[in-house]
Amino acid sequence: MHELSIAASIVESVAEAAGKYPGARVKVVRLRLGALAAVVEDSLQFCWELSTAGTPLAGAALAIRTLRVIVHCDGCGMETELDGVQSFRCLKCGELTADLRQGRELEIESIELEEPDKIEEGVEGQI
Amino acid sequence: MTTRIVELRRGILKKNDELAAGLRTRFTSAGVLVLNLVSSPGTGKTAFLERTLRELQARGARAAALVGDLETDNDARRLGASGAPVRQINTHGICHLDAEMIAKHLDGWAGVSLADLHYLFIENVGNLVCPSSYDLGERIRVALLSVTEGEDKPLKYPGLFNSADAAVITKIDIAGPCGFDRELALRNINEIRPGIRVFETSAKTGAGMEDWFAYLAAQAKPS
Repeated sequence: MHELSIAASIVESVAEAAGKYPGARVKVVRLRLGALAAVVEDSLQFCWELSTAGTPLAGAALAIRTLRVIVHCDGCGMETELDGVQSFRCLKCGELTADLRQGRELEIESIELEEPDKIEEGVEGQI
Repeated sequence: MTTRIVELRRGILKKNDELAAGLRTRFTSAGVLVLNLVSSPGTGKTAFLERTLRELQARGARAAALVGDLETDNDARRLGASGAPVRQINTHGICHLDAEMIAKHLDGWAGVSLADLHYLFIENVGNLVCPSSYDLGERIRVALLSVTEGEDKPLKYPGLFNSADAAVITKIDIAGPCGFDRELALRNINEIRPGIRVFETSAKTGAGMEDWFAYLAAQAKPS
């Protein structure tokens, strides 16, 4: 149940980033989660609703992209994308490898804001 | 209304990661080897740590432990009997330790100075899922698995086992009655975390503990 802590961390980061655009409403928060990130998507969605209820982020959608594990093989030098997380073998030559290149991500990729049409000059480009 | 996309590319646990990086720098400059022990509840982390602390003390090494549980200070009292400084962290419902809890409990820890320690063990909350995301600034993450748990534990919890630097199999003194398939367990661990160092131990009989102490001593040497 650390999804609640994760959701709270996302709320904090997104509120801070969105605060730079006064009057804007957050519509979508896009996440990149590695297959090994140990986060349950349904649980995170549930906790996201709980964490945003009654805040300016209420109603914002959480769009989650799951990233498969990519390993680099020292034996043949190839990078391969694994189908699951049950075996860490190079798909090309079958060697076991501990060299992970993708799969542990826990990242906020971007946020989508809806802004009123009339924006004062100077607000843009502050990020 | 207009739509604007703001790229963030920011780690969700950025705050924890930054705090952990600060702790790691602090541990390194103090010359203390920090290990984060993670397992299910009931694997025997506390018994394993109890024996580790007691024997390290007997060998003249200075070790201390921070121990995480939802409630009670039972483990701290149990571990404290070794003579090593031990401090309990009660998370009150939170299923993992985080870097902030570690920092907070290092401050004001009476009589303990990191620079005087050789080893600091952090016994995480018994949980094989949530602790895997939280860096505590440790140098070595140890995943523990007991012979009573089933050989496929690493396959069921790949996120944690894949993030570990060493694995410890506990309670090998009762492996026989449990029908523990050693070869299968070792194969599964290696499938999830290829090349990982595995220690097969019994805190009760002391079996396998010498290898563990040799490993600790080697890791603690300044590189």
